[in-house]
Amino acid sequence: MNRPVAGMLAAVLAACTPEAPATPGASDATGPDGEAVAALPTGAPEQFGFGTHASEDRIALWDIDVKPDGEGLPPGSGSVEEGRRVYQLSCMQCHGPTGTEGPNDRLVAAGEWEQWPQGRAFGAFWPYATTFFDYTRRAMPQLTPGTMSNDDVYAVVAYVLHLNGLLAPDAVLDAESLAAIEMPARDRFVPDDRAGGPEIR
Amino acid sequence: MATGPRKQFSRRAWLAAASGTAASGLVMTRFDAVKATVQEVPAQSVDPTRVPGRFVSEVGRRAPGEQPRRLVRTLALSSSSRTPLQDLQGTITPSDLHFERHHAGVPDIVAEEHELLVHGMVERPMVFRMADLRRYPQASRICFIECSGNGGGAYNRNRMPTAISPQQLDGLLSTSEWTGVMLSTILREVGVRPGANWILAEGRDAAVMARSVPLDKAMDDSMLAYGQNGEAIRPEQGYPVRLLLPGWEGNAQVKWLRRIEVSDRPTMTRDETSRYTDPLKDGTARQFSFVMDAKSIITFPSYPYVLPDRGWWEIEGLAWTGRGRITRVEVSTDGGRSWADAVLQPPILSKSTVRFRHLWNWDGRETVILSRATDETGYVQPTVQQLWDARGEGTSYHHNHQRAWKIASDGNVTFGLGDLL
Repeated sequence: MNRPVAGMLAAVLAACTPEAPATPGASDATGPDGEAVAALPTGAPEQFGFGTHASEDRIALWDIDVKPDGEGLPPGSGSVEEGRRVYQLSCMQCHGPTGTEGPNDRLVAAGEWEQWPQGRAFGAFWPYATTFFDYTRRAMPQLTPGTMSNDDVYAVVAYVLHLNGLLAPDAVLDAESLAAIEMPARDRFVPDDRAGGPEIR
Repeated sequence: MATGPRKQFSRRAWLAAASGTAASGLVMTRFDAVKATVQEVPAQSVDPTRVPGRFVSEVGRRAPGEQPRRLVRTLALSSSSRTPLQDLQGTITPSDLHFERHHAGVPDIVAEEHELLVHGMVERPMVFRMADLRRYPQASRICFIECSGNGGGAYNRNRMPTAISPQQLDGLLSTSEWTGVMLSTILREVGVRPGANWILAEGRDAAVMARSVPLDKAMDDSMLAYGQNGEAIRPEQGYPVRLLLPGWEGNAQVKWLRRIEVSDRPTMTRDETSRYTDPLKDGTARQFSFVMDAKSIITFPSYPYVLPDRGWWEIEGLAWTGRGRITRVEVSTDGGRSWADAVLQPPILSKSTVRFRHLWNWDGRETVILSRATDETGYVQPTVQQLWDARGEGTSYHHNHQRAWKIASDGNVTFGLGDLL
C-alpha cells in the first residue's frame, strides 16, 4: 500500500472491518415486523446459476474507479500547461477563469475550510489527488461526461492542482506522480465515531 | 351548492368559524385548517347522484382538488425536489411524490438491456440482466430514504427561517415499500473472497455516482430494489434497479446501479470525502456517517397552515430512525417546558416512518409546539443546542434536531424555536 493512504485507511479499516463475511443461512425471509432479512429459503441451492460469467475484457470496460493509492489509474500523462488548454476548453464555463468564480463548484480554496462553499473547494476539502482524477474522469465535463482522454484528465488535474498552489507550473503528472501528491486535507477525514445508544455525538 | 370556485375551507371549518368549535366539542384536524397560501378548488357543480359517473380507465388520476406537488429546487442537472410532507397521510409516499436528488439528471434506461456487473474480490465475477435478478428469491420491506442534507435549512443560528413548510425543510424524506433481491443473495452467488470488507456501488447516470459501503451492511439488510409500492421502481428513484440500504443516508443508496466491486478497502469517492462528510468543531470531518439518527417533525400544525379557531386540535407528524424502531414520540405544546406522549399509529416498522398524533386543546394564546422522538437504542432526538455542542455550528448533513412551530394568537403558524434558541 502506498504512503498516501496508510494513515487514513488504517483508521477506517480499524473502525469498519467486520468479522469474516457472513454466509447467509437458511431461515425465515422476514423478521417479526415483516422487514426483509438477509436469508434464503431452506433448501436454496449453493448457486442459482442465473447471470453470466464476466470476462476480464467485460470487467475492464466498466472498471473505472481509482483507489486512493492510485490503483486503477490508467497509462498516460499530462502537464500543467496542457491542462490550462483543457481547462479553458472544457471546465472554465462552469468553474470560472481561476476556479473560484463558479457558477458551479469552486476548485480553488479560500478562507476557512469549514466555510461553505469557499472552504469546501477541492484544494482544501479533498483527501486524495487520485480520487480527484477518478471523479473528473467519471463525471466531467458535466454536459459531455466521459469524453476527455486519459491524458487530458491527467493534464487538467495537474492544472487544478497548480491553481491550488500544490503543483509547480512546469510539472507533468502520470500515475506514479499523481499518487505521490499529498493533499492538505488528507488527515481531516475521520471515520464515523458515533457508537450508537443514547449518546448525542 | 356553491356555483363558483371557493377557497379551501372545509365544511367543519365553516361550522367552527360560525359556532365556535370549542363549545361544540369537535376535534379539529388539518382538514379543518386553512393555508396561508390559499389555493382555489373546483366547486361541486353537479349532484353526483343525479348524473352517471365516468367510465373505467386504464390509469387512475387524483381528484381535481387534491394535487400535492413536489417542490423543485432548481432546474439543473444536480438538483433536488421535495416531498409535500404536510399534504400526505399515513406513511407511504406516493411514488410520483418521492423526493429526488440527482447529481447529473435522470437517465433513460431500457431495463431489458440493463446489466449489473459484480466483480472484484469474488470467486465468480458475473453480469446480471434484469431478468436474471428477478428470478432470485424476492424480498419486500417498507423503509424510509432520507437525504443526509435534509433539514440543513434550520441549523444556522443566524439564518433560521420562519416561513418554511415541512416540505421545504425536511422534504428530502420519503417512505416506500421496496421489492427486490437481497444483496446477500447475489454476493452469495458470486462468492465473496476472504479479506473483502467493502463494496463499491456505481450508477449508470451521467455522474456515474459511486459510493463505498461496508460489506457487513451489504450482507445484512441491503437490497437490490427493482420494485416500489407495487410497481417497477420509478426512473427518478433508480429504474431499473437501485441499492437499498435501510436506515442509511440516501446518497449511498446508489440508483441506476450498474456495477458492484467487492474490495478490501473503501474507494474514497468524491461523494464520501469532499461531499457527504460532516465537518466537526475539532477541525475534522466525519466520514462514512451512514446511519440516520432519530428524528421527528410535526407536520400539522405547521407553516403554511392557519388555525381558524381555538379548541381541540389533532397535532400530527412523522418520526423515524435509521437505528431500528421508534419507541416513543413526545409532544410539547408549551415551548418544551412539559411533554406528553403522543400516540404512535401502527404500523411501527423498523427503519420506517411512523405517524404520531396528539390531541391538544388550544386556548388561543401564542405558544410553541415541538416533538422529540426516542428510538429502541435509547437515543432521544436532540435539541439544536445539543447538536451545536456536539458537532459545532458549521457542520453540514445529519441535522436531526427537534423542530418547533410557533402558533400565533391569530392562528398563523411559523417555524421557529422561539425562546429555545
